[in-house]
Amino acid sequence: MANPISELGYKALKFVQALGNLAAFTAAVAWAIVRPPSRFGGFVRELYKLGVLSLVIICVSGLAVGMVLGLQGYHTLVRFGAQQSVGELVGLSLIRELGPVLTALLVAGRAGSATAAEIGTMVATEQLNGLRMLSIDPISLVVKPKALAMLCSTPLLTGLFVLCGIYGGYVVDVGLMKGDPGSYMSGLRSAVDFHNDIECCLLKAVIFGTLLGLIATFRGYNSEPTSEGVSAATTSSVVISSVSVLLMDYVITALWGV
Amino acid sequence: MERSSMRDFLVGLFMLAGIGGIVYLSVSIGGFSWHGSEGLHVSAAFDETGSLTVRAPVVIGGVRVGEVSAISLGNDFRATVEMNLDPGLKLPTDTSAQIVTAGVLGDRYIELQPGAEEKVLKSGDRISMTQSAVILERLIGQLVYGVTKGDSKDNKPATSEPAKMP
Repeated sequence: MANPISELGYKALKFVQALGNLAAFTAAVAWAIVRPPSRFGGFVRELYKLGVLSLVIICVSGLAVGMVLGLQGYHTLVRFGAQQSVGELVGLSLIRELGPVLTALLVAGRAGSATAAEIGTMVATEQLNGLRMLSIDPISLVVKPKALAMLCSTPLLTGLFVLCGIYGGYVVDVGLMKGDPGSYMSGLRSAVDFHNDIECCLLKAVIFGTLLGLIATFRGYNSEPTSEGVSAATTSSVVISSVSVLLMDYVITALWGV
Repeated sequence: MERSSMRDFLVGLFMLAGIGGIVYLSVSIGGFSWHGSEGLHVSAAFDETGSLTVRAPVVIGGVRVGEVSAISLGNDFRATVEMNLDPGLKLPTDTSAQIVTAGVLGDRYIELQPGAEEKVLKSGDRISMTQSAVILERLIGQLVYGVTKGDSKDNKPATSEPAKMP
């Protein structure tokens, strides 16, 4: 342990091993998704917990982000006499970047942490071993509905976040700053393109949802069976999810070429 | 697993709201359409489009009646601008198109001026009378060139001098 070089090597090996485990875990989840017991009831229950209960925080955050964008955009653009471009600014920044990324970060904090903690507690109290003893695959019963629900609810929440943000910008620009309602909406409509912007937004949301679901369930599933292990799993699921969402966002934007 | 009708209802509502939001974003804000053939498609050739962009508005008398759907370079090195107008619009065949700017530095859009002909434009028709975008920098350049030229030649008004590119 005293040798720092061995320590570094050990850490690197552990990291590579964790990546390999994640790949194997992903394959197992994908295999469970295509296999018969559909677990639809569990999926709906998870959709309620991850999606419906995240609605309030998503809508309030979206509204606040849109309002701030509208305010900042107005104060910057009015100096150039271009306050009719506020709608364009708010819409494009929300749809291209802020909508998918902030939704994913909020879902990672709100739902991903809860998922990791729940599965981690199941590991600590040996519930998953109990399931295995009854020859029920815990990946199919516990992990699959959670990962699928995360994948489905993230794009829906992203859409609602963007809508709330656009409405927030509208409220500030038209209500507070006495801007022209027509130029807000027409600037928005003429700037946003379905193929360039909205497809990119939805693609990001789907990829982020997949990442969040896999990372949260993986960290919970592989947590140490102690109370310390559960808390470490919860923390690291949020950290890893957030960092990988931000890195992945750059990669998608660069590849999409907007 | 226990069934809870309230929870199922809320989940259904959530999915409907989410899908509805995405559809609204796509169709109303993103301009997505299932079939591109709806509407009146006309084209016009311009010498200079300036910074006209796809999805720029097309207006008549300040009222938005459609948008630019494509801009391409024709065989004669003139820019061909495709417009997608409201399907119910009955435009005379001698309608003219002009690229104008909102404000001094604002966005460019196309203004149509309907003529007096009896026959109306159909989808696929071409507007022959066009007026190109005015490039402010070029105009200033011509003005400066014209003024200096007018100064060097005595008492010649700058405006009557046809500007030649050096």
